[in-house]
Formats: sequence, structure tokens, C-alpha cells
Amino acid sequence: MNFQNLTKGIFKENPTFVLMLGMCPTLATTTSAINGIGMGAATLAVLIMSNLAISLIAQYIPAKVRIPSYIVVIAAFVSMIDLLMQAYVPDLHATLGIFIPLIVVNCIVLGRAEAFASTNGALASALDGFSIGLGFTLSLGTIGAIRELLGSGAIFGQTLIETDGILIFVLAPGAFLVLGYLMVLFNMLKKKLA
Amino acid sequence: MEYILLIVGAVLVNNILLSQFLGICPFLGVSSKVETALGMSGAVTFVIAIATLATYLLQTYILDPLGIGYMQTIAFILVIAALVQMVEIVLKKISPSLYQALGIFLPLITTNCAVLGIAILTIQKKYTLVSGVVFSVASAIGFGLAMVLFAGIREDLELNNVPKQLKGVPIALITAGILAMAFMGFSGVVKV
Repeated sequence: MNFQNLTKGIFKENPTFVLMLGMCPTLATTTSAINGIGMGAATLAVLIMSNLAISLIAQYIPAKVRIPSYIVVIAAFVSMIDLLMQAYVPDLHATLGIFIPLIVVNCIVLGRAEAFASTNGALASALDGFSIGLGFTLSLGTIGAIRELLGSGAIFGQTLIETDGILIFVLAPGAFLVLGYLMVLFNMLKKKLA
Repeated sequence: MEYILLIVGAVLVNNILLSQFLGICPFLGVSSKVETALGMSGAVTFVIAIATLATYLLQTYILDPLGIGYMQTIAFILVIAALVQMVEIVLKKISPSLYQALGIFLPLITTNCAVLGIAILTIQKKYTLVSGVVFSVASAIGFGLAMVLFAGIREDLELNNVPKQLKGVPIALITAGILAMAFMGFSGVVKV
């Protein structure tokens, strides 16, 4: 049971390919593998903490002001991550830029708070946050790696193929195209396994 | 002249949807009909303009003098959430027909990252109040333009024979990619 909770975010409830949440950072920050993973990790950290905090306080919050309260809790954790990243990984913070504060409006975080953390225990909620966050990080890393490889012939900044690359894949249109075709692959894979 | 450049830059060159990736959820979610796309962009334009104005004043007159700039994210999202709720109540009272038209889209706007995104961008780019509002309205128009164009394409796509695996979101994403390529043609028109 617990094990399934831990792995569901990677395939069965993958936030990017199955739930299709949090599309803005998915498209915007995946110009390279490292950027994608950085964005995923920031979201992962927020998800664990917000899920944990919300599962602990959910019973004291009146149902009517539930959503605004959750948003404030999430915003507090996002601000912390924002400041921490600014202090310890300033380069990554500068590249991701506006998308760090925008984790607040990432539907995944609020979605998990509402759908899981508000009705489950603390440990289960933290695990759920970890699992979904891990799935998000892996998806973003994969998209980032593919775009980096096609766009510049490198992965994680290590040149694999000596080439100028296909520039379009690092630019905006490439994000849509890569995600679109990856989704097709994911659907085909899912059908085969089912 | 400065404002014209700002508008062209925000609507076409740095289109908020197709080159900045803000507000993708409604872009993919409610863009299957031109009519709903128009309604959504109307509501978004309205909220973005007021939200940018409110958050700008909040930043300059409260957060900056008190030296609590790090509260920006929390303060802004609260203001936007309250504002969306208020717009909903006011609109219901003074213009029931507009409220009917925008109805379902209004509550969704709180979690539209375009609103918070533009509010933060306006502060980051250090615009004055007037150019900040011009920038936000122009960005919102860019959002509407991309939404309506995309909805038109998707309406036609419905009638075509799309391969089974590509149906739904994948083909929408690929279409958006091609649309983004078209918008790249504008890059360099205005130096931003």
C-alpha cells in the first residue's frame, strides 16, 4: 500500500502526462535537463511541506474559507523556497525567474492539498507530495533532456554530439512540440502495458 | 511612441501564452470554441488590468516602504484572490448580463498564472504606474489573441481525421507549437 503510494506519481498518476497539471512551468522551464530538474525539485519541496502542513491543520479550517487558506499556506512555503534558492543556487534561481513564485498558482500543489492532504493523515500526505513531486521532477527532467539534446546536442551541459543543434527545440515552439509527441508516446506505452 | 512599442512588444513579440508560457491551463482547457475563448479572454483582461493596478500600489506604498518585499508572493496572491471575488460580486450587481457571460470563468482566474505572472513582471521590469497598466492590458490582449486564434484552429480540427493516438491534448500541443512558430516571426520587430 505504502509502496504504491510512493510510486503512483511516476506513472499511474503522473502529474504531467496523466493529470496534465502545471503546464506553465513544464513548458517554460524545460530548456535544459538541469533547469527542468531544478524546477521539479523546487515544486517537490513545496509539495511535501504544503501537503504535510495542510493535512495537520485541515480539520480546523472551516470548509468555506478552505481554498484561500490553503493558498496562503502554499504561498508561505513558496516564499521560503524562493529565498533559499536565491541564497544557495542563485544561477538556477535567475534562470527559473518568475516561475519560482508562480509555484503558488501551480494547480498540482493546490490540487493535491484539496484532493489528498485535506482528508488524509500527515505521513500519507507527505508521501503523496513526495510521490507526485518526484513524478513531476522526472517528467520535467525528461522533457528538458530531450530538448537540450535536440537543441544543442548536449545533456546536463555535457556535449554528446558535435552539432549546432536544432535551435527551434530550445525556443518556445519546441516546448509544445516535444511535450505533444511525448504525450503520444506515453499514451501508446500505457496502452501496451494495460 | 513608447506606449505603442510597449503594446506591440507585449501583444505580438513576447506573447504571454506562446512565448512566455503564462496561462497555459485555460489555453488548453477552454479553447475548444471561439465563443468561450472570447469570454475567457474578456474576463482575464478585466482582472489582469485591475490586479496589476492594485498590486502595483500595494508594492510601492506598502511593501517597499516597510521593507517587506519578501512578502510579495503571499500579498499578491491574496489581493488577486480577493479581487476576483469582489469583481464577481460587483459584476453580478451592476451588469448581470456580463456576469452571465463571464460567469464560470471568473473563479478560475485566481489560479491563472498569467494574472500573478504579469503582476510580478510589472514590478520586476520597474515600469511606472501608467506603463505598467498599459503593459498588463496589452499582455492580456495578447492572451486573448492567441486564445481566439487557437480556438478557431481547434474548431476546424474537430472536423478533421486526427490519428487516434494524437487526439485531444497532444494534437492541441502540436498545433500550439506551430502557432508559436508563427509568432516567432514577430521577434525582432520591437527591441524589448
